[in-house]
Amino acid sequence: MTQALPLPPVHMRRNAFDPTPELGEIRQNEGVRSVVNAFGMQVYLVTRHDDVKAMLSDHERFSNTRPPGFVMPGAPEMSDEELASARAGNLLGLDPPEHQRLRRMLTPEFTIRRIKRLEPRITEIVTEHLDAMESAGAPVDLVESFALPIPSLVICELLGVPYGDRADFQERSGRQLDLSLPIPERLELQRASRQYMHSLVAHARITPGEDILGMLIREHGDELTDDELVGIAGLLLLAGHETTSNMLGLGTLALLRNPDQLATVRDDPDAVGPAVEELLRWLSIVQTSIPRITTTDVEVAGVPIPAGQLVFASLPSGNRDPGFIDSPDVLDIGRGAPGHLAFGHGVHHCLGAPLARMEMRIAWPALLRRFPTLALAEDFEDVQFRSFHFIYGLRSLMVKW
Amino acid sequence: MKLTADHEDCIASGNCVMISDALFDQDDDGIVVLLAEDVPEDKEDLAREAVKTCPASVLHLT
Repeated sequence: MTQALPLPPVHMRRNAFDPTPELGEIRQNEGVRSVVNAFGMQVYLVTRHDDVKAMLSDHERFSNTRPPGFVMPGAPEMSDEELASARAGNLLGLDPPEHQRLRRMLTPEFTIRRIKRLEPRITEIVTEHLDAMESAGAPVDLVESFALPIPSLVICELLGVPYGDRADFQERSGRQLDLSLPIPERLELQRASRQYMHSLVAHARITPGEDILGMLIREHGDELTDDELVGIAGLLLLAGHETTSNMLGLGTLALLRNPDQLATVRDDPDAVGPAVEELLRWLSIVQTSIPRITTTDVEVAGVPIPAGQLVFASLPSGNRDPGFIDSPDVLDIGRGAPGHLAFGHGVHHCLGAPLARMEMRIAWPALLRRFPTLALAEDFEDVQFRSFHFIYGLRSLMVKW
Repeated sequence: MKLTADHEDCIASGNCVMISDALFDQDDDGIVVLLAEDVPEDKEDLAREAVKTCPASVLHLT
């Protein structure tokens, strides 16, 4: 007997690609509503484009740090030292100036020029995976054979993580972001991830390689504790895996459902740049920003929010706000969607955005040109979406050609 | 039309360079470099878009 899964919280509900109408209703009516998050906590949900932008720009009143004594429901008790160690180096848990200190160590690695230099290697990785798909023959699971391994291999090489360890860390990354798992289990996964990363950091301290971990140790090794290095590298590994891979999977499905637009991405080399931006906007796979905590009493869209409250910015809602863009629910790859919020906004704007864009700009045209007749090998109704994940996407996608 | 940038608060997102590499560049640390402080007339729309969408709100037009 199968048991119906409980619905995810309102800000995570989707009908395939689209947020459910309730989210649009909040945006249209009061703009900000108090809702219950995946852990049963009462949070404020901000839904309008301009409000999301303003909130994410205002790190003084909407903080990423957690006040002393803040605990997640069900989290085991931890000493102050344990907590500090578990949070060290997590850029998404810091405010300026501490955040800026760490981010500035990383930004040289993610300039547009530096990412451009990775283009030949990314192209090679994409080609290898297409070759493997072709020799395996249809049908294949596109998530397993294309969408996940390409960003995974790229971030491993960039960071200095052995790709051979992927079975373990891919499993951990996926489960860490699955909000249907109990908090103690997710904290345990986080602990295991940090332990794994500690072993890589210890090795890199002795023989720093030609990768980001090696660079951080060579250039900033004296300023960074091992805990910070572990936190930074762990965040990059997780973020590098779970974002681009879900965009590649879900975006391919979106194109398969819109064959004219698929053909344009396949046949017109100039189309892919704006197409990537519009797919980022329309799919908005990161369901919410990292929750902020109000440091003072604030008002958003005329709704008062007291100090010390958790506030979620809905990126899908902001990106589908008719006040931001015309016909927001339509996928129109020609428009490029400048100003979309898929990478967030403010000081925490995605560090890896240039890398993610480069990977997608290479991967989609290459996939569609290799397999011009690419098609679903399962019914659309049967496609399994990841509805309880912090990052939306597909569990698998069977395709043929 | 003049462009200014607050380099201190730049987060090196590269957003502006993506919009116009004729107006903007990044130094080795990723921090914005203005290539044309006086914006040519045919680039005014791009300058406005970069200012409006800068994630760190560090670009200004006067």
